[in-house]
Amino acid sequence: MLENYLPILVFMGIGLLMGILPLALGMVIGPRRPDAAKNSPYECGFEAFEDSRMKFDVRFYLIAILFIIFDLEIAFLFPWAVALDTIGLYGLLAMGLFLGILVIGFIYEWKKGALEWE
Amino acid sequence: MQISAKITLLLTPLLLAVAYTTFAERKIIGYMQIRIGPNRVGPRGFLQPIADALKLLTKEVIVPTNANRYLFLTAPVLAIAPSLAAWAVVPFDDGMAIADINAGLLYILALTSLGVYGIIVAGWASNSRYALLGSLRSAAQIISYEIAMGFALVGVIMAAGSLNLGEIVEAQRGSVYHWFLLPLLPLFLVYFISGVAETNRAPFDVAEGESEIVAGFHVEYSGMAFAVFFLAEYANMILISALTALLFLGGWLSPLEGLLPQAAFALPVIGWVLDGGIHWFLAKTAFFLFLFLWFRATFPRYRYDQIMRLGWKVLIPVTIVWLFLEGVAVAFGLGPWFA
Repeated sequence: MLENYLPILVFMGIGLLMGILPLALGMVIGPRRPDAAKNSPYECGFEAFEDSRMKFDVRFYLIAILFIIFDLEIAFLFPWAVALDTIGLYGLLAMGLFLGILVIGFIYEWKKGALEWE
Repeated sequence: MQISAKITLLLTPLLLAVAYTTFAERKIIGYMQIRIGPNRVGPRGFLQPIADALKLLTKEVIVPTNANRYLFLTAPVLAIAPSLAAWAVVPFDDGMAIADINAGLLYILALTSLGVYGIIVAGWASNSRYALLGSLRSAAQIISYEIAMGFALVGVIMAAGSLNLGEIVEAQRGSVYHWFLLPLLPLFLVYFISGVAETNRAPFDVAEGESEIVAGFHVEYSGMAFAVFFLAEYANMILISALTALLFLGGWLSPLEGLLPQAAFALPVIGWVLDGGIHWFLAKTAFFLFLFLWFRATFPRYRYDQIMRLGWKVLIPVTIVWLFLEGVAVAFGLGPWFA
């Protein structure tokens, strides 16, 4: 069974190569004429003031945290769905309870306005 | 080496398809806007993608002075590697996959999730305001739609009882009515919409909303570094189309199966066309790919808050409700699908 994964490893290597090769080729074939204006970050013609890594909206962070909870949930659902026909009604009810708790949390964060963007 | 032969046999048509999808996009959107699109390079413009590739190859790869040089050049590789590597488990016909593994769908979900790193790294390494904003927007959008996408996949696994893509297709055998399109219709819609959002395509392309943040996360990229991002985006589009065909439209199965009498499939050439095979899979994939282009020509861009609302407040509740209903349907062995 494990030897089935060898082609995947090879394919991943080739995938990386398909990224590196054109890049390297482009850097070799393309010209290189550096210039202070050309190499400065694009700011619609303005001089770049300072470092661009500024503070950003906390909501992006909130989305990332919510994502972890839900993605973990999906990670639990995957093996459950595969084994669904062997675990029967008990498995179904157990997952119903588990999903139910998640839904309560989801309703709570909805009511709290964690999903609002204006 | 048999593996490398197989991989070449897959990658060459794939890369050609990626190149010609860019051409098809310009032609199709052109005709939809009553223009004729590119028609100068080669007969009817058919050499356009090759000319584009050659042009990008001879352009300078600019690395901005403030940028983090190594991360800046790593980002395009991070974007394209997973979008190509995911193809390793896609079956084109019965057993015609490079790696026929049991955890196929899990592998695909894992690799499509990796694509977001290329975008985040590109935005951060560029050290440009537009790039950073674009990559933040894009990352939040991609992970939001990934949840809806994951729930839709769970529905497919519940119906098929397997993670192997070949077995998922075989579970839809019978007739058109056995395809998961019918019992899982809401999940199909959610999956395809999420797929469009995951690939940052119109109408969800705020990540590179050119009218507000110039080009988003790849504003600082030029030459081949830009081309690699471009290839990754199109490879992802084709991947999503192929997956939608496999998971919901029975992959290589013929839509005429179970409708025509058995004798029709025994006919010399016509029978081969009517019977299931790689041509059906490619036709279904091409159809969804066409939808991607059609959407871009037709829909105006969503606003960012609308995108987030659609993802969190519409698609996720729809999938959760449908999973509950599907669970009940499985428990009662409803219809021909969940028996």
